[in-house]
Amino acid sequence: MSVDLLNFIETVLNGLMSGVMYSLVALGFVLIFKASGVFNFAQGVFALFAALTLVGYQTGQVPFAHLINELFGTNYHNWYASMPNFLAIILTMITMIALAWIIERLVLKHLVNQDPIILFMATIGLAFVLEGVGDLMWGSDVKVLDVGIPSGGSTWLEEATIGLAAEGSDYYGMYIDVLNVWATVIAVILVITLALFSQYTKTGRALRAVADDHQAALSVGISLRTIWILVWAISGFIAMVAGIMWGTESGVQFSLSLIALKALPVLILGGFTSIPGAIIGGLLIGVGEKLAEIYIGGYFETGALENWFAYVMALVFLLFRPQGLFGDKIIERV
Amino acid sequence: MRIKQLLIGITASVIAISSYVEIAVADLKFPMLVYRTGAYAPNGIPNADGFVDYYKMINARDGGIGGEKILHPECETGYKTQVGVECYEKNKKDAMVFQPMSTGITYQLIPKATADGVTVYSTGYGRTSAANGKVFKWIFNAPVTYWDGASIAVRHILKQNLGNIRGKKIALVYHNSAYGKEPIRTLQTLSKKHGFKLMLLPVDHPGQEQKATWLKIRKARPDNVLMWGWGVMNQVAVKSAASIKFPMDKFIGIWWSGSENDVLPAGQGAHGYKSLTFNAPGDSYQVHKDIKKYVHDKGEASGDGSHFGTVLYNRGLFQAMVQVEAAVVAQKIHGTSKITPAMYRDGMEAVNLSAARMEELGFKDFAPPFKNTCENHGGSGLAAVQQWDAKAKKWNMITEYMYGDSDVVQKLIAEDSSKYAAEQKIAERCN
Repeated sequence: MSVDLLNFIETVLNGLMSGVMYSLVALGFVLIFKASGVFNFAQGVFALFAALTLVGYQTGQVPFAHLINELFGTNYHNWYASMPNFLAIILTMITMIALAWIIERLVLKHLVNQDPIILFMATIGLAFVLEGVGDLMWGSDVKVLDVGIPSGGSTWLEEATIGLAAEGSDYYGMYIDVLNVWATVIAVILVITLALFSQYTKTGRALRAVADDHQAALSVGISLRTIWILVWAISGFIAMVAGIMWGTESGVQFSLSLIALKALPVLILGGFTSIPGAIIGGLLIGVGEKLAEIYIGGYFETGALENWFAYVMALVFLLFRPQGLFGDKIIERV
Repeated sequence: MRIKQLLIGITASVIAISSYVEIAVADLKFPMLVYRTGAYAPNGIPNADGFVDYYKMINARDGGIGGEKILHPECETGYKTQVGVECYEKNKKDAMVFQPMSTGITYQLIPKATADGVTVYSTGYGRTSAANGKVFKWIFNAPVTYWDGASIAVRHILKQNLGNIRGKKIALVYHNSAYGKEPIRTLQTLSKKHGFKLMLLPVDHPGQEQKATWLKIRKARPDNVLMWGWGVMNQVAVKSAASIKFPMDKFIGIWWSGSENDVLPAGQGAHGYKSLTFNAPGDSYQVHKDIKKYVHDKGEASGDGSHFGTVLYNRGLFQAMVQVEAAVVAQKIHGTSKITPAMYRDGMEAVNLSAARMEELGFKDFAPPFKNTCENHGGSGLAAVQQWDAKAKKWNMITEYMYGDSDVVQKLIAEDSSKYAAEQKIAERCN
């Protein structure tokens, strides 16, 4: 095989892996949008908040320590030296469920029957509030997140592919980050679990009923508020998974919240209401941007296509298929 | 109802009077453009803490500068250029000096501050050609510029290759902003001079996703990678380099890509990563002892005190020290403690931080000596290379402070500043 072809395959594979990372964020958006029609702009901050909380629990950091010390002249920083990963993840999940409950009580409950744009604006506000609270609770330092997921280039793949190149060619194997492979495995498990949950459990069916028609669901006795709390809690959990993956890759820091911006083109491609759409959209965006950066990036003086090419793809899609690949087609009868 | 209104009135009056009193007492205003929030906060906070702790220490230990207390109001920019300009406009009245902490903001402030008669000090960042004091009367960027930095990095690579890098490939991974683009011109000139091939790899803000960039590096296999990064871009780059098994001792960051924040998330993978620096790491200098005694031990530390002695905190100390020293010099020159912004500029231009003076200020061996002159606002142009020891989790200086390629850099500075002078119709001074 020629080295160019192998490099092309490597780029596509890495694009797919990056796409999975985007899909993890996009999944949370889709779930909330399906169930409540709310485009949750705060999903990226959810991921950040979950990752901050997880590291906080892992390292025994006292929440709001800076504020407490400032107000009372104390010097508290840590409760304990460390906490096992499993326990820290469980506690973070509980925190995200509590957060979902608080959001429902303080924000959503008061905005029932409001226009979608009002709810969208509320989530923008929520994003800023949550970012501020996260800062106050856990501080702005870069935090190292390690839950035991391996990372770094896969030596196995390198060695397995080195012989694929034509003899005498200057090739030293294919590259894939093991962390991305793990992200893919976790995303697959997540999607299967979500599909089984919504298909075969009573709560899951209630969730789908709410997603299809709020009024009809209410008329058969489904509690809208309970479903909303549930959905926000599930997307809080997905945000935690995304936060763990992204936080392991780059450290936990406030720019993590900006990953939400990468989920937007994914949603435009995949559709706002489809879980498989979020996955396929993520994969397409991942592959598209990597190919663009590597194969046509050199023709642009300013370069850095990797960051904005996803939006070019999204715009093209909007022109030809505004509902996305798997989204519900909007038909309005006049 | 009336009692409530009365209470509100009294509270408002107290706040108004107290703020008036504060301004009246604190004569020397050093506004701080900071970013304690947002994507770049992990870098902005330790740096700002260094400034604040130093100012507090001077106020507590010396009673201020020549008896005049330092007032250091903070304005949050979030590293956003437009907000930085607004912060400047809000705080420029009676301000001695502005430290924009962003090359983008510095570029915007250069014409404004020049027109307003306010000193801008962009320590080792900003517009490189502002080192030419003949053109940029109010702008200072000592002790070293980005163009010096680029040529020092190349000099280090030259040394490692026994003086010959012809045919070698050097990649520049840079923040796609005014800051990141600064070294390109110098590196292009140096590539012609030394015969190396330059590969330019921009990374957009914030730099969270760089996979394609590092795949390109893996494919092109440059001999060395230089980095002009900031914030999360640095951490992702260091981690990505480790992930593709790029030899870390061939990866050199500018001094803004060499803090603990940048390497810790990569764990052992970051071992051997290098960066330039113009100040030493550590917390055992006299200035640290004084800050501990007069600020931290009294519970007055900026933030939670956890950044004490880190690279960016120490840089904040250095920057604040130069700014305070400029005020000291200005007071001496003009024979008054109550200096004006114009007098302060004179002081900044006459700053002479010799080794003896640095020792006196508690900065012995902390940074190389430098002095500003009418012609030279760019300082000594000296920087060293430090290397990260991931096991000990500390930076070690591995070279002496060295000069860049002054032939190349001075020529470029002269060209760029003359162009600016012609555009802005500025008559050269210092004749």
